[in-house]
Amino acid sequence: MAKTFTIDGKVVPFEEGETIIQAARKAGVYIPHLCYHPEFKPHGSCKLCTVKVNGWQTASCTMRAGENMVVESNTDELNSERRTLTQMLFVEGNHFCPACERSGECKLQATAYDLGMMTPHFDHFFPNRAVDASHPDWMLDFNRCILCSLCVRASRDVDSKNVFALTERGIKTKLIVNSKSGKLGDTNFSVTDKAAQVCPVGVHIRKRRGFAVPIGERRYDKAPISDLSHEAAVEVK
Amino acid sequence: MTYNLETAQNPEKLRRVAIEPVSRVEGHGKVTILLDDDNKIHQVRLHIVEFRGFERFIQGRPYWEVPVLVQRLCGICPVSHHLAAAKAMDVIVGAKKLTPTAEKMRRLMHYGQMLQSHALHFFHLSSPDLLFGFESDVGRRNIVGVINAYPEIAKQGVLLRKYGQEVIRLTSGKRVHGTGAVPGGINKSLSDDERAYLLKDAYQMITWARDAVHLAKKLHNQDPALYNSFGVFRSNFLSLVGHKGEMDLYHGNLRARDDMGNLIFDGVDYANYRTYIEEETKPWTYMKFPFIKSLGKKDGWYKVGPLARVQNCNFIDSPLAEIERRDFVDYAGNTPMHAPLAFHWTRMIEMLHSAEMIKALLQDDDIQGTELMTSGPRQTDGVGLIEAPRGTLFHHYRVNDDDVVTMANLIVSTTNNNQAMNEAVRHVARRYLHGRELTEGLLNHIEVAIRCFDPCLSCATHALGKMPLTVELVDPDGTLVHSLSRNA
Ligand code: SF4
Ligand code: FES
Repeated sequence: MAKTFTIDGKVVPFEEGETIIQAARKAGVYIPHLCYHPEFKPHGSCKLCTVKVNGWQTASCTMRAGENMVVESNTDELNSERRTLTQMLFVEGNHFCPACERSGECKLQATAYDLGMMTPHFDHFFPNRAVDASHPDWMLDFNRCILCSLCVRASRDVDSKNVFALTERGIKTKLIVNSKSGKLGDTNFSVTDKAAQVCPVGVHIRKRRGFAVPIGERRYDKAPISDLSHEAAVEVK
Repeated sequence: MTYNLETAQNPEKLRRVAIEPVSRVEGHGKVTILLDDDNKIHQVRLHIVEFRGFERFIQGRPYWEVPVLVQRLCGICPVSHHLAAAKAMDVIVGAKKLTPTAEKMRRLMHYGQMLQSHALHFFHLSSPDLLFGFESDVGRRNIVGVINAYPEIAKQGVLLRKYGQEVIRLTSGKRVHGTGAVPGGINKSLSDDERAYLLKDAYQMITWARDAVHLAKKLHNQDPALYNSFGVFRSNFLSLVGHKGEMDLYHGNLRARDDMGNLIFDGVDYANYRTYIEEETKPWTYMKFPFIKSLGKKDGWYKVGPLARVQNCNFIDSPLAEIERRDFVDYAGNTPMHAPLAFHWTRMIEMLHSAEMIKALLQDDDIQGTELMTSGPRQTDGVGLIEAPRGTLFHHYRVNDDDVVTMANLIVSTTNNNQAMNEAVRHVARRYLHGRELTEGLLNHIEVAIRCFDPCLSCATHALGKMPLTVELVDPDGTLVHSLSRNA
């Protein structure tokens, strides 16, 4: 008999060492998340995946599943906290969805829709960050970075290139490019890198692609992010 | 062509009246009038209140984003900006000639925009003045009043607009902030269902649009003394015309005529617009004053928009609108008509033309084609012009080797009409306000004159939103004497 725990009353089997979010995914249960990616070690930074385990809040992407745990996830209380986190992410950067070419493909936007976020609620920071368009085929729009570190992890752990890094701390944390000039064009980054395929938002942009996909045919036009079939699909960039 | 009343001799001795902001136009407008103790007018200026420096905002952005980004300029005619920017970016990506499907989908989108914008302006914003009179009861002089008194007309206005919005939605993906036009083409064509859905009502729209032309004509004919003279001033005209001299609202060459209808220039490739048009800045307003270089600042300003386009072209390429154009030209006596109120009549002729073009495009199988994109050798400088509902709209960009915009210059329709609107306001002030006690009805005359041009102050100043109207009478020492307010 496999070991099990429950999420919102549903019995979920798990294997030793699996995290809650991993077991939940296998059982078809969606837990909102942004910095988690099934192919990478968890980072535990965005806290969107927060659940209650036996009454205590914890990040489900880092917490190992345990026998007979009682996990709450899809509750008004937790979703309201997730909504607040999403709102904070929106105001920290410049996320103007109507003019963003990742609209309809963006996990932050799709998560905000899924959580019923109607307004940003907080005052916008309106940071002013220049784009890095120095690479012939790739562009970085730092205005949209949510500091999930996925491209950092992908470049370091999969591509073995270490092109990206997060630097400074707290509210000052930012994404940088590891080259003398600080420009992507001066690195050995390639559009086929894993790092090019993991950004949940619209920082990593394939040049000259723009709004090629019409509204109505974009990933999250077709099904909400809570539909786990998205995660099985290959990233289209 | 006169600059009288632009600057008073001794402004410090005069009383200031501000109409702020002008209602039932889009955006923030303000008219200031300086009066002396006998209510004699010394200075009249149309001001634009806000400025957002959009050109600078676009700098540093990748070029393919711009056609979508510029829709933030204006909540009223975003589609015109979308298409003008896309046309400029076509040049950047070397797409000299779009595929038939791409060009026709873009045209369809544009005529949808024309239809909805002209319907909005005529029925919602202007018909209250025209149907009830400029000094009629202010409580009734609005769209609700029209709905009560003329329910059938109001209904047609609403449905014409809605139809135009549906055309926009199905060509661009959304009613506002669509993404249809992309550098070098479009991202979708019409499906069977979409085409059938739009075709279903296309004939009805033509009929209603024709009725609207007749209504505008009737209003004109009922009171020619008012309609032909109200705020009238002479000026040059500027617009695009098609290669055969036909009205073409989407593409063509620049043509300018003088106040008598003689050509100033014709067949000008708009990529060279800077050789022909220059922009002047003035210390009292953020809005620029464009003029035709060869005529100079003083005489080179011009009118754009429906009144210019209907009279600038040789003919209209759709049968019913052409009949109406001839009617208009006959009425004008084969000499250019300059009366601002004639904007309404010509605007409705264009609405009819747009409805006819929508029907024709929907009957064309290219609208369902699959060849959506073209490209060629990459360029660094791109100019895109389009005849937006309010007049000629210029978009000009430079893009560097990294694909980032380094320079943007926009001349929007309302800016093109800037001097003309100021003139209209001065003429009305001189004729109706001079030496009289100011009332709401009299001040509305000023606004009626502005509204003829359908100014989109929102995009002229790159500001968003509408505000209620406040009129303030201020004494020479700055004390508020009297104030009137109403909601937009
Ligand atoms: S660029 Fe994208 S993937 Fe990289 S840290 Fe920022 S949000 Fe995450
Ligand atoms: S997904 Fe778990 S903390 Fe971000």
